[in-house]
Amino acid sequence: MKNLDSVFAAYLIAWGVFFVYYLTVARRTSSLREDLERLKSSLNRGK
Amino acid sequence: MKKHALASAVVLLLLGAAAYGALYVAPTERTMGTIQRIFYIHVPSAWTGLTAFFICFLANLFYVFRRQPKWDWLAVSAAEVGLAFTTVVLITGPVWAHPVWGIWWTWDARLTSTFVLWLLYVAYLLLRTLVEEPDRRALFSALFGIFAFIDVPLVFGSIRWWRTQHPQPVIMGGAGSGLEPTMRWVLLFSWLAMLSLMALLLWARYGVEAMRGELETLQRDVETA
Repeated sequence: MKNLDSVFAAYLIAWGVFFVYYLTVARRTSSLREDLERLKSSLNRGK
Repeated sequence: MKKHALASAVVLLLLGAAAYGALYVAPTERTMGTIQRIFYIHVPSAWTGLTAFFICFLANLFYVFRRQPKWDWLAVSAAEVGLAFTTVVLITGPVWAHPVWGIWWTWDARLTSTFVLWLLYVAYLLLRTLVEEPDRRALFSALFGIFAFIDVPLVFGSIRWWRTQHPQPVIMGGAGSGLEPTMRWVLLFSWLAMLSLMALLLWARYGVEAMRGELETLQRDVETA
């Protein structure tokens, strides 16, 4: 099984790229949700 | 939230099955041996990246003609997701090339056009950070996105029109090309798994843009009130 380590490296790197990207999207989602809720509650208080 | 968790589980299952198929079901290629199994992640990632850029192109066209923010949100989401897949292509390619060609990289037509494609969509995302006004930002980036897509047919045709270090196409490559049936099924299943991952990422990323749009509208309302 020559080069099996390169095959596993390629798969691990690929999944790593997708996982890190998914994490950045999830982080942006929760940060924007917090900002939206904060703005909406401050608008409601102002009414 | 529940729908998203369910979709993520389905995508994970498909990716797991695709990896199993690539590593254990597909036969070992006669010339290259085990290293050729990178093919089942490299090629589907490339096809999926090009699909995402095609979605971006269509969304940009729709934005130019209809000027609805939802097309801008879809375009930027597809560009970013396509960039993630193209990054995987540019990393897995050299990992495969090194043991087979003896070099990590060469400036042939396929590799160069793919790298230029990656740079173009990085520029597309950078351009968006330079313009603050949402309508102008959407229009400028839509026009640039339409221009950037010109490179996609070049990437597709590069191994058909020019002699390259990169192998000739095995699908839609004309006479003499083709794949052993099990290899073809594993390749197509891997592409399906990658397309499902693309759809999941696109869905999540579009949600970010929709929220950002809502936030910008609310902030404008507060400023004008």
